[in-house]
Amino acid sequence: MAEAEVAEKVRMLDIYIMEKHYQVPEGLTIQTALEYCGYRLIRGCGCRGGSCGACATVYNFTHDPTLRYGLACQTAVELDMCVVQIPCFPTAKPIYDIKKLRPTVDQVLGIYPDLATCFGCNNCTQSCPQDIEVMDFMSAALRGDFPAVTAESFECVMCGMCAARCPQGLSPYNIAMLIRRLHGRYLLPKSKHLEEKVKEIEEGKYDAEYEKLRSTPMEELRHIYDERWIEPK
Amino acid sequence: MPYPAYMEESIRKVEATRAERLKKGLLPRIPEAEREALVNKFHPDYKKEEMRELKVGPNKGERTPHEVADLLEGSSRVDPDKIELDKIDHDVDVLVIGCGGAGGAAALLAEENGASVLISSKLRLGDANTIGAQAGTQAADRPNDSPAIHYLDIMGGGHFTNDPDLAEALAKDAPDAIRWLESLGVEWDKEPDGSYHELSGGGCAVRRMHSCRDYTGLEEMRTIRDEMRQRNMHGRKIDWLEFEPVIELLMDDKGQVAGAILMNLETKQMSVVRARAVVMATGGVGRTHIQGFPTTNHYGATADGLVLAYRVSCPLVHMDTMQYHPTGAAFPPQILGLLITEKVRTLGAELVNCDGEQFVHPLEARDTEASAEIRECKERGKGVTTPTGEVGLWEDSPMVDIIRGEGTIARELPAMVRQFARFDIDMIHKPMLVYPTLHYQNGGIKIKADASTSVPGLFAAGECEGGVHGRNRLIGNSTLDLFVFGRRAGRAAAKWVKEVKLGKLTLDHVRKWQREIKEAGLEDMPISPMLLPNYARGNRPVPGFVPLGEASEYTPFGDRAVRWI
Repeated sequence: MAEAEVAEKVRMLDIYIMEKHYQVPEGLTIQTALEYCGYRLIRGCGCRGGSCGACATVYNFTHDPTLRYGLACQTAVELDMCVVQIPCFPTAKPIYDIKKLRPTVDQVLGIYPDLATCFGCNNCTQSCPQDIEVMDFMSAALRGDFPAVTAESFECVMCGMCAARCPQGLSPYNIAMLIRRLHGRYLLPKSKHLEEKVKEIEEGKYDAEYEKLRSTPMEELRHIYDERWIEPK
Repeated sequence: MPYPAYMEESIRKVEATRAERLKKGLLPRIPEAEREALVNKFHPDYKKEEMRELKVGPNKGERTPHEVADLLEGSSRVDPDKIELDKIDHDVDVLVIGCGGAGGAAALLAEENGASVLISSKLRLGDANTIGAQAGTQAADRPNDSPAIHYLDIMGGGHFTNDPDLAEALAKDAPDAIRWLESLGVEWDKEPDGSYHELSGGGCAVRRMHSCRDYTGLEEMRTIRDEMRQRNMHGRKIDWLEFEPVIELLMDDKGQVAGAILMNLETKQMSVVRARAVVMATGGVGRTHIQGFPTTNHYGATADGLVLAYRVSCPLVHMDTMQYHPTGAAFPPQILGLLITEKVRTLGAELVNCDGEQFVHPLEARDTEASAEIRECKERGKGVTTPTGEVGLWEDSPMVDIIRGEGTIARELPAMVRQFARFDIDMIHKPMLVYPTLHYQNGGIKIKADASTSVPGLFAAGECEGGVHGRNRLIGNSTLDLFVFGRRAGRAAAKWVKEVKLGKLTLDHVRKWQREIKEAGLEDMPISPMLLPNYARGNRPVPGFVPLGEASEYTPFGDRAVRWI
């Protein structure tokens, strides 16, 4: 398809950025639409790939006031969309030392006592751009089911929308962070191989092998490399 | 944006050849001699007109892409005669510049070794390339593997141009880096007996990729960030400034790096940091859009660390080689250039052309894989052109579930499934259109094995340093690099802090630099470091205001061809 033909097919969309009207071509994300409208982003833009949570955005439509939540870099711009970015939101972030904790619900409640005040309104789940069942993992946290919290919250990019919408002022994404760390550090079974390998390296078990490779002439090293054993799939 | 009808037609050809391809198996790997010819002809690094020799600085006479040269030869943002260095705003042991995985690891290790730490971050803590890394982190810990085999893979992957000291350090520290991350709470994919669920990667002899689903970098970064935040009180000493990048390093009158000048991106106010040691951890160059390529990189990947280090006469290495990831999204336009993790191929997906034909083994080293794709599109005309004029090839993801059982994609690649589903594409059942995308800076600031540089007081870690990967980095060795050299840099900086005696702060190196570029006739070069790209359409700097970068032509579909002139 020729480029000119394509250009003719691009439809212009009406959108509203912080209630101000703009027109943008179809096929942009909210993020590139902001840039198309002349915004030079400083806050509210990070990895541009859906992983960092910097570009949390609230939006609705002129014909439908229901609030929706998305990452600006991952959400296609649509006709009559009204967008507002929330690049930063104040949340509770207590200080703890992961090395001195135990993986128990009492410890989590000691750090986040307000966790117990969650009354299950489900605002958090509705506000999650990653479609995480936030309220479910909050209940799992209260039950002390840390594997469930870890599994359910694993795709959390910590954008903060759940905290912004929580009527109790809780910060579900920070609570999940603490629990994932407790789970990863204390509850996952340890690898024997790793411990052994670290010890062997410290004891210099591989030094001779290294030395041999390092003193091998380049041509021969290339040969060794080409002929090296490759583990079957 | 679902696939248009003519692309669906090509997909049907891919589906038609799938059973036969599965039966036949993969194409053999390309022999070394043929590989060299292929890369020479098609890899972007070998396009002579896209590079030029540097006219000034420690790498004078060496070649680098125009986009990088423009910045390295750029003019300072500060006027040395107007900055008061007597008024110090922050006085610390270690200044860490950049806060991805390498900066974070360096900050933690420096603090553990007794130093006070200030982090200067251009975006928020952790909004870095690390957080988008998907595939995994290499470490040779399985019984049939050894750090020496890993070393050989690193060297071979880099075509034996690597610094052997650095490659050895990378392989040797790897298992301990995994252990360290786990002690902080990183949730590695594991088997029920505790051993790691390890996948193979392109160019690797043995399965040694440690992953956290396909959110490996996110899990590593958010854990490290959480740990940094825990060390901000109760007598612990990590502090940070977000949206406040370094615009120039400071030196002392003994030739040591001794701090930096920061600029608050929102208020444009400057501040002076005195530091006994500086760790450069600024990441890569993707947002300079070398040769007009789209990129997988985050918003702030603008080569700042290279520029800052170069101005204090710190040599760079391998600055003529970039990594073009073989599989950036070519469709839909909203995610153009974004990374499709190599893990999709390690799980079994292969690349095929518009007629559903195989043309390359899916797990060649990245430069080889990318070159074969460019050849398939440019020379053989077997690519698929998208409605916005991009060209790409099919990555046949449905093969994964056929080979490994239904549900594998959903379980192993949830981030990928989510990303494509957002734009109405079901990658479990339909292939994805891909093309090489600017992914990684293979070279960078020249370091020694302890992450120190040739300039006293300056250390570097992560993507901004070079030498360890030679001219081509393997999958899973970039996130490893962050933690190996980040930790080494933190330790070494803390040690240096105990020994160093700082002299009087100076910006003489900037005066000297400005003289040199004037003598070389480079006065028209842009101001650097660049700090952020300018994607704002129609945004022109106001006279009398120092812009963050020059305005650029805007193209409406993603970041394609956004040039920084």
